[in-house]
Amino acid sequence: MTFVIIGVIALLLMIFLLRRRSRKSRGVQFTPQREAMPTLLVKEVESRPSLADLGSKLGASRGVFDRIRTISGAPNPEVLSVVEEVLLRSDVGVALTTEILESLGQMSAGETVLDHVRKALLANLNRDRSVKTVAKADHVPVWLFVGVNGVGKTTTIGKLAQQQRQAGKSVVLAAGDTFRAAAADQLTQWAERTGSDIVRASEGADPGSVIHDAIGRAHARKFDLVLADTAGRRANSTNLLDELSKVRRIADRTPGEVVETFLVLDATTGQNALSQAKEFLASAGVTGIVLTKLDGTARGGIVIAIERELGIPVKFIGVGEGADDLMVFEPSAFVDSLLGA
Amino acid sequence: MFDALSDRLEKISSGLRSRGRLSDADLDAALGDVRQALLEADVELSVATAFIAAVRERLQGEALSQSLSPGQQVIKAVHEQLIEVLGGEALKVTYASKPPTVILLAGLQGAGKTTTAAKLANWFKQQGRQPYLIAADLQRPAAVEQLRVLGKSIGVDVYSDTSNPVDVAKKGLKEATRIGRDVVIIDTAGRLSIDQELMNEVKKISKTTEPHYTFLVIDSVTGQDAVHTAKAFHDTLALSGIIVTKLDYDARGGAVLSARGVVGRPVVFAATGEKITDFDLFYPDRMASRILGMGDVLTLIEQAEKNVDPAVAAEQASRMMSGEFTLDDFMAQLNQIRKMGSLGGLMKMMPGMSKEMRNAASNVDEGQLTKIEAIIQSMTVKERQNPVIIDGSRRTRIAKGSGSSVNAVNQLLNQFTQMKKMMKQMGGGAMPQVPGMGKLSGAMARAQMARGAEVPAGLEALSAGMQAGQRANPPAGGRNNKKKKGGRVTPPKQR
Repeated sequence: MTFVIIGVIALLLMIFLLRRRSRKSRGVQFTPQREAMPTLLVKEVESRPSLADLGSKLGASRGVFDRIRTISGAPNPEVLSVVEEVLLRSDVGVALTTEILESLGQMSAGETVLDHVRKALLANLNRDRSVKTVAKADHVPVWLFVGVNGVGKTTTIGKLAQQQRQAGKSVVLAAGDTFRAAAADQLTQWAERTGSDIVRASEGADPGSVIHDAIGRAHARKFDLVLADTAGRRANSTNLLDELSKVRRIADRTPGEVVETFLVLDATTGQNALSQAKEFLASAGVTGIVLTKLDGTARGGIVIAIERELGIPVKFIGVGEGADDLMVFEPSAFVDSLLGA
Repeated sequence: MFDALSDRLEKISSGLRSRGRLSDADLDAALGDVRQALLEADVELSVATAFIAAVRERLQGEALSQSLSPGQQVIKAVHEQLIEVLGGEALKVTYASKPPTVILLAGLQGAGKTTTAAKLANWFKQQGRQPYLIAADLQRPAAVEQLRVLGKSIGVDVYSDTSNPVDVAKKGLKEATRIGRDVVIIDTAGRLSIDQELMNEVKKISKTTEPHYTFLVIDSVTGQDAVHTAKAFHDTLALSGIIVTKLDYDARGGAVLSARGVVGRPVVFAATGEKITDFDLFYPDRMASRILGMGDVLTLIEQAEKNVDPAVAAEQASRMMSGEFTLDDFMAQLNQIRKMGSLGGLMKMMPGMSKEMRNAASNVDEGQLTKIEAIIQSMTVKERQNPVIIDGSRRTRIAKGSGSSVNAVNQLLNQFTQMKKMMKQMGGGAMPQVPGMGKLSGAMARAQMARGAEVPAGLEALSAGMQAGQRANPPAGGRNNKKKKGGRVTPPKQR
C-alpha cells in the first residue's frame, strides 16, 4: 500500500505542477510588502446582518430555559426549540439532543419539562465513579494521564498531587511529557509546591523510561502513588497512539500497576471529544475522565455522550487554577449547571 | 481536519446529485441535513441557523444556472457561503510604517498561544523579518521557559522578567525598539473570558503596547463555547483576526466558522501540526474546498513548487507513464515527497481521494519509508535500473545489507512492479474500471464546478485505479470523460 500511495502522490504532484506551469500562476499568494505601509491593518470584512447581532442573542439564551421549565403536558414547538437550544449549546451533541426531544412526547402527567430533561440526562450518568488508589501486593499504584495538547494534564496532576499529599500520601510525579518545551519544568514547580518527588529527564527522552524510573523509585522508597504525565497528542495519529500504548504497558509492568488512566478533557471541547475518548480508550484503556476548565462559560455536555456511548465515567472536574480547584464529579450538580437550574 | 463535516456534506450531495429537479420539500430536507452536519461539526447553533438561511437566500436569489444540476447548485451555494463565513480572501499582513509591528496574542488556557507565538515568529523570520518575542505569561508555571526554549530553537530572542505582565510587555517593546527588531510578538497568559481581573490585565497590556494586530488564538476542537470566548475577547480587545490551532486533529473545525461568524474578523493563520513550520496563512477558499472534500490543489502546488524542480518532474512523469520507471526514480520521488510533508497531509489535499486512501496514507510512518530507502540503497546501480535481475542470492545480500528480511525485499519488489504497471496504464490513457468510481467522479466534478480549477482528466480514474490497483486488472480503453467543459480537460497523454 505504501508504494501505491507514494506513486499516486508523486504522479499527481507532477501532473499538477506541470499544468500549473503551463498556465502561469493563478490563485492567492501572499506577498509581503517590504516598503513602509500605513498602519491600516485589517480589511473590514462584510458579514451578513444575520450574524452581526449574535452576541446579544447569546447573552439572552442563558435564562431562556426559565420560561419553559415548569411547563408540563404535551410540549409545544417553542418548548422543543428551547430545549434543543439549551442542549446543543452545552455541547451535548445532536444525537442525544434528538433523542431527548423525541422523549418529550412521552412526558408523564405532572412532570415538568425541566424534570424530564434532567432525568433523561442523568440516566446516562450512572457509572461507578470510585477512584482506585491501591495496587496489588508489593506493587506501586500508577495513575496515568493522557489527552490531547493543552487540556491541562500537567496542571491536573499538580492538583491531584496536592490532594493526595493532603490525604497523607507520598507521591512521585513522573514527567513523561518529554516533547513539549519546559513541560518538565512546569511539573517540577508543582512537585515543589506540593512536596512531591519528581523524576524527570531531558527533552526528547523516552517517556516510557522516565515513568519506569519513577515507578522504580517509588517502589524502592515505598511511596504510595505515582502520577505519570504524558505528552499531549492528537487522537487521530496511529503512531502517537501506539507510542502511548507502549508507555502504558511499561507503566503497568511489575512493580508498577496502572490502577487509573485518566483522560483529561477540556470543557470547551466540542464533539471531537467523543473521538478523542474513543481513541484513547482503545490505546490506553482509559478508566475515567477529568473534565477541566469548567469555571469558564463552557458546559462540557459532551461527557454525557461519552459516558453513554463508551461507558467512561467522569471522575473529577477542574474549576479553577488553584491547587484546590479540582473536585469530585457530581452528576446532579453537573446536569443542573448544564440546564442553568 | 474537517473530515467529519466533509463526510456529511459528501453524503448529502451524493443524495442530491441524482435529482433532476429539486422540490421545496427536497430543498428543506437537504438544508436540514446541512444544518445537522454543521451542528455535529461544532458550528454554534445561531451561526448554523444563519448559515442555512444565507444558503437558502443564495439559492432563491440567484438565477438558477442552466449548466448545473440542482444538487450541484446546493453544493455551490454551500461552498460560496463557507468561503464567505470563513472570511473571504486571505488577509494581507502589512507592516507598520514605524517599526516594530506589534502583535498581541490572547486566548483561553491551552489554546496554544505560546507555541503559536514561536510559530508566528518563525513565519515572520521566513518572510525576511526580524521578530522578537515577549513572554508575558507569568501565570502558568514554566510558560516563560517554554517560550525561551522555542525561541532558541528558531533563533529568535525572547524577553521576559518577573515583574508583572504589563511591565514585561512595556519593557520588552522598548528593548525590541532599542535593538531594532521589526516585528514584536507578545505572548500572554491564558485567561477565561469571564475572569474580569485577567481580562482587565490583558486590556491594560493592549493599551500600553498599542498592538497593530491583536489575534485570538483558538483551538479548532472548541465546541459551542467558541462564540462566547471570541465575543468576550473581541469586546475587550477589538480583535483584528483569529489564529486557529490544532487543525491537524480530525476536528470538525466548527469553532472556526463560529468564531469567525460572531466577531466578523477573518481567520488569519492556522497551525496544522506540532512542528514549528506547521503554520501558515489561512486561505478561506481553500479551506472551504477542503471542507467539501474537494482537496486543496493550490496549497499542494505551492508546496510542490518549493521542493520540486519542474523540469525534473516533467521528465520523471513521462518516464513513469511510459513504463521506464526505475527504482532510482522512485527514490528521487520519495525524497521529494518527504521534503514536502507527511503522506497523510499531502493526500488530504488531493481532490477526489477516498477516505480509505486518506487513512492508509496517514498511517504510513517515517520508519516504513526509511526501511524502504534502506533496502533500495542496498542494491547495486544495475539492480536499481533493472530489478528483474535480482535473484535469490541477490535478495539475500540486499536483505542483509539493509538489515531487513528476504521477505521484505520480495514485498518491495512486488509492490514496485505493480506500481510500475499501474503507472504505465494511467499514462497510456487506460483507465481501470473499478467500483466506487461514481463517487470519485462526483467529487471531481464538484471540485471543478465550484472552483473552475483545472483537474487533469483521468485523475479520478487514476486515483480509483490506484485504490483498487492490487485487485483490479483494468481493461484497455479510456473511459469517456463527461465533464469536458470548454475543452479545459486534457488527458495526460496529450501533454
